[in-house]
Order: sequence, then C-alpha cells, then structure tokens
Amino acid sequence: MSGKSTKELHEVACEVLEGLKERLGTGAALNARERMAIPMQEMPTQDKVLRRSNMNEVSLGFSAEQAQVEALRCLQCKNAPCVQGCPVKIDIPAFLHAAGEGRFDDSVEIIRNSSLLPAVCGRVCPQESQCQEVCTLGKALKSVDLAVGIGRVERFVADLQRESGKQMPPTVKAATGKKVAVIGSGPAAITAAADIRREGHDVTIFEAFHKPGGVLVYGIPEFRLPKAIVQQEIDILEAMGVKIETNFVVGRTRKLQDLLDKDGFNAVFIGSGAGLPKFMEIEGENLVGVFSANEYLTRSNLMRAFDTAHAHTPIYKSRRVAVFGGGNVAMDAARTAVRLGAEEVYLVYRRTEKEMPARLEEVHHAREEGVVFHLLQSARRIIGDENGRVRAVECIRYELGEPDTTGRRSPVEVEGSAFELEVDTVIVAIGNDSNPLISKTTEGLKVDSRGRIVVDERCQTSIQGVYAGGDIVLGAATVILAMGEGRRAAAAINAQLATEG
Amino acid sequence: MGIIFSILSFLATIVVKSIMNRIVSKRQLAAEVFMIEVEAPLIARERQAGQFIILQVDESFGERIPLTIADADSERGTITLVFQTVGRTTHLLAEKSVGDSVPAVLGPLGQPTKIEHFGDVVCVGGGIGVAPLYPIVQALKGAGNRVTVIMGARSKELLILEEEMRAIADEVIVVTDDGSHGRKALVTEPLKELCEQEPRPNLAVVIGPPIMMKFCAETTRPFDVSTVVSLNTIMIDGTGMCGGCRVTVGGETKFTCIDGPEFDGHAVDFDNLMQRLRAYKPREDADHEKCHQELETGRGGSE
Repeated sequence: MSGKSTKELHEVACEVLEGLKERLGTGAALNARERMAIPMQEMPTQDKVLRRSNMNEVSLGFSAEQAQVEALRCLQCKNAPCVQGCPVKIDIPAFLHAAGEGRFDDSVEIIRNSSLLPAVCGRVCPQESQCQEVCTLGKALKSVDLAVGIGRVERFVADLQRESGKQMPPTVKAATGKKVAVIGSGPAAITAAADIRREGHDVTIFEAFHKPGGVLVYGIPEFRLPKAIVQQEIDILEAMGVKIETNFVVGRTRKLQDLLDKDGFNAVFIGSGAGLPKFMEIEGENLVGVFSANEYLTRSNLMRAFDTAHAHTPIYKSRRVAVFGGGNVAMDAARTAVRLGAEEVYLVYRRTEKEMPARLEEVHHAREEGVVFHLLQSARRIIGDENGRVRAVECIRYELGEPDTTGRRSPVEVEGSAFELEVDTVIVAIGNDSNPLISKTTEGLKVDSRGRIVVDERCQTSIQGVYAGGDIVLGAATVILAMGEGRRAAAAINAQLATEG
Repeated sequence: MGIIFSILSFLATIVVKSIMNRIVSKRQLAAEVFMIEVEAPLIARERQAGQFIILQVDESFGERIPLTIADADSERGTITLVFQTVGRTTHLLAEKSVGDSVPAVLGPLGQPTKIEHFGDVVCVGGGIGVAPLYPIVQALKGAGNRVTVIMGARSKELLILEEEMRAIADEVIVVTDDGSHGRKALVTEPLKELCEQEPRPNLAVVIGPPIMMKFCAETTRPFDVSTVVSLNTIMIDGTGMCGGCRVTVGGETKFTCIDGPEFDGHAVDFDNLMQRLRAYKPREDADHEKCHQELETGRGGSE
C-alpha cells in the first residue's frame, strides 16, 4: 500500500479520469490494452495508528471517481469467469460496465437482482478467493492483487444508494394469507425473509437475541461492518412488513412443531447459524481468561462492552493476548483486543500465512495494527496462576508436511520445540460446530454426524414444510454462501406455497 | 409509502414491546431480596422446574443475566423471579415497580430437572437458592416423593419463603449461621445427619452459593447419596453460542446453558466454577459501588 491519504487517492483517480475524458468522449468502448493500463485504485483507510484506539470502520470506501476508474479496468471479457466465481452469480461485468459509465444507480440494481446485501458483501466477502481469484485482468497482470476490485466497487454503489436514501423496500405482492416462520436473523434468514415476503406471504422472524442481525451484529466488529448498515437492512425488512420477534428461542419459547401445528405457519425456514464454539480440548481451557471468539466478540459487538462508559457488560482487561486460529473470526478477535487496549496481541496459527482462511485484507490490516503472527505453532496446554487465571500458554512448533485431503500441507510437530508464551488472555477462534438446540427439541429433524441439518436439493429438511439453509446446513461458511442458501430455500418455500393454492 | 409503512410498523413494535414482560406484582422478601411476577405467557406455558430465563433491564447497553424461574402460572401467563441485589442489573430491576416492564426476557432455557419417583429426597436451599428450589420441591412432591427441605441463611432477616416451603414439604429444617432463627448451624449439619440415618435419602438436590453446594456435595459423597446441584454461571446468549458458562464436570467441559443448569454435584469442579464467577470481580465491585451511590443521590434529590 502506498500510504496515500483519502484525498490523494481521490486526486489520483480524478487525474486518470481526466486523462481518459477525451477517449471516453468518442463513445467507443476502451480496448483491453487501454483498460489494462489503468492503475488499480487503492482503498483509502483510517490511519493505522489512530484506528488502534477506535472502533470506527477501517476501510473508508472509494470516491465516485475511484469507483468509476476501478470499474473501467474490467476487461468485459465474454466468458466472465468472475460470475462463476460468485456464489450467487451476480452479473459482475454488467454492474461494472454501468459503474464505469457513472451509472451507479443502474449498477447497484444489477447487483440487487442476485444479492440482497451488497453493502455487507462488498465488505465481508472473501473476493480474492471468489470472483477476483479468477478475474481475467488479475491473470493477465499475473497477480490476484491486481484483479479488478469488484468488492470495492460493489461497496461503493451500495453505500451511495443507502446514503442517498434511494434504497426503497422491494414491492410486496398482494397478501396470500400464508404464514412463514424464519428462525434466526443472520444473512440466510434476512435473505429468505425478504424473498418470501415479496411473494405476499406473511413472514415472522424469530431471533433469540435482543437485536436482529445474527452474526452480522454479534460477530463481525464495527470496524469491519458498521452496525448502522445492518440496521438499515433490518429496517427495510420491517418496512416490507416482515415481523421480527426478538428474545424468542424456537425450541424453548415455542417448539418448532407447534409453529406448524398450532400457530398456523405453513412453512418454516431454519437459518439459525453454526453457533456452537469449538475449543482446543487441551488442559487449562476452562481457566479464567480463556474465551471463545464468539463470547469475546459478542461482548464487544452486540453487548457494546468496548463502550465502557455506557455498557453494563464487562469485558476482560488484558495486557497480553493470544488468539488461536487463522480465519476472519481470529483476525476480528485479535484486532478487537488491540482496540480494547491490550499491549501485545499474538495470533497463533498452526500453518503458514498462505493457508490462512482469513480475507487477505483482514490479515494485512491486523499486521498493520501490530498483531504479532506466530505461525506454525499451536497450543499444547494453558497454564494458570494460583487464582486459576491464565498465566501462559505452552506452545509447540510445527513444520509443513505432505498435503492433506483439503490440499493444504499438514503441519507436523517439531520434537522438543515446546515453549511458554506468557499471556493473560486466550481467545479460541478455531471455528464452530452446529448448535444442537433446535435439532434436540424437534422430533424427526434429521442431522448428520456433525449435527448439521440434512436437507434435500430443495433445501427441505426431513420434516415436510421445514427448510434450512446457511451455516446450520453448511457448517461454518461465509455470509455470501448463507445468503445464497437463504435465497434457494425461499424459492422452494414460495414454490411449495404456490402449489398448495 | 415505504416511509409510512415503516412508521406504522415501528409504532406497532413499540406497542407490542411496551405491554410485554409487565411486572404484575412485587414483594420484598428480605433485606436485599425481591420477588416479582412478570407477564411472560409463552415462557409460563413452556417452562418446567429447574429452567431459567435471561433478562435485561436495558436493550441498548444492559447486560444479560440468568435467573432461575421460581414459579409460574400458565393461566395468568406469569413467571415468578426472585433475585438479590448484587450487581447493576439486579439493582435496576429492584427499582422497577408494578406496571413497569422488563425490556428483555428470554426463555425458558436449560434442561428441566429430572423429576421421577425417587423415594426420599432431601432438598437443600441456601440464601436466595431457596427460590429456585421451590418449584423443584413442588414437582418432586407431585411425583410422590417424600421431601425434606433444609433451608439456611446467614440470619433470620435473610431467610425467604419459609411459609411457602412448609406448605408443600413433608418436613422443613431451618438453620441460620447466627442462630437468630431455627437451628444455629450450617446446612451441611442436618444434611449429614439425614445421610447417617437409615434409610438414607435416595437423592439430594442442592441450590445455593457455590461454596455451599461444594460442601453439601462433600457431605453426601461418603454416603453415596446422588446429589444434584443447579449452577448459576456467567452467561451471555444462553443458547450455547458463547461458551462463557463453561464448567468442568467429571473432567469434561459442559455448557451450563444447554447441558445444565443441573449437574452431578460429585463431579462438578467447584473451585474452577468459583474462580470463573470472579472473572470480572473488580469491574463488578466498582459498578456495584457506583450503583449504590447513584441510587442514593437519586433518592436524596427527590426528597
């Protein structure tokens, strides 16, 4: 990164645009060589030192000129591999074409045909392993880092629409008299609720927490996804007439089967997420100062514990923190710990940076913020003091061995490599299993050996009229995949309700 | 159109929320102990003995605290909660009056108590633990058990629900630390005596401060009397998502919210439990202090 300020980056884009003005004025499309010559636009970010002590968003977003210039880099290639790389098959060349002409409203509408949450996905999708990984421009320039910044343009057009107040609730068809229950309020549930409501069905969302949004509000921190953006999506659902019941845990407050048999719901969509944190299953894991990333992040995000002046929920005061894991959640936890005032934050990962499942941008930002990476290491046991509080972690070192079934090279322990890492806080971010609450309280609901709900090709579970999607089916995955599932399930539910007449 | 729609739905939300979880009665049971009945028809209908709820006094910044359901009336649609003012949330809850509502109540959570015909059961309640014990005694009696209740407190003023217990239990033994009421003893003394008698109790159910549950479990252990304890840990979601409520039971990690709240008292690592409960002690003490000051200045101002 160049370290240029927001203003400087904007001025660079203006210069490029000025230079292209005459050429664009001819009306003829740019050729591939001309497009390849346009410099990649850099994302303006908050100062890397200042942001260590605030929760504000790190990436500040493109200016209109930057978005237009970046969109013009798209080669508009016929085979469009990016569309295949997108889990919900957004017509990427088309939305970039519109953005390249400055038609931002058209651009965002093209995205909305396939994705309900562009402002969210523009921020949290792992583009470099989806659309941007296969981008022809990136291939031609021999680096995925030089692919078209598809996510950044997506984010810009979505933000522009939101901030201008032009985002209208989708049209809802005449009431059908059919009722659908949606369990959960994360990305899969939001998408399913909107798509089902559009057909004129009565939709009620049941959320266990006191605020809707699921992982988008309890898991992903403000500095990566401002909560106001999620709230706006929720507001739109409510404006469409979707009812939201918070503080309602299906399975306990009401059995799922009762929703169908007694409460008059014609169908149910389960989008309750993965939501059962995995631990390392090593000695000392219940010491004071050991947290699942879910707990640590929920305290900070949903319960707003970072705002010590107002929040009643406390968060552990740490000096030295070790986060275990290499995914986005691990990065989020480490960067939250930095912002909460920890002096040293270590990220301990079993493999190398190349194998990390986290988005490149998050890894980069974490490093910039001073998170220290301990690669090819893992915890053997956690050591406590006389009060049962974490004092250190005994770690061991690894080297990479042969590739395993996932194609990643498996780490092999280096003998005699054990050492103590002195920390007072341990955050475990090694993923989630499937939460058993609904399956255990719902008779006849089939789950696989890992507790994931089993569905057919129409997203229907073993119970007629009950559908499921998102992490509760996929295991811990991504926002965009969950959204895609919600959309597929909604289509199946709408089809079922249409045939029932 | 869209705007009108959203205003309407917003108003509807306010109306629904404002009549939810209304406090219909409030009674002070002891110096710092309150009993409230809250309208929560869905929870009242579904709850079983041993289950709990999570509540908040403020949905924007409030913390989420678990409270065991002490009683419920499914016809009136109410649940009974008993709490001691030990932290910010319980203090703010105690400030509420009949007619006010509790902004968030989630439940019923946790596994219900296993109720069957065991024979002779001894139920031990310490301090505020007597409240969650009440519905269990009720259910055990309903299943045909002979129930002896041992209830204890530091002193007479802190003893709660004695009359209520006497009305349902076969025998009630009251103990206080200072001897101001009943026997001057700790609950473990009569518990030990009952264990020494033949026939021994078939089951002990113990609810109270962790240190009391620990010593009760140690008391029954040599007599091989199965002992169920009900744990109240730090929690956030109450649905298994955060794992903040982890306890070590028989060397394994369990989540109090979904695996509990009741566990085999002989297998629970109470020392670890007590350490974990103190995780935020400095912050909680500071908040508690601040809360008292605020309440006092608040009162001073209105006089």
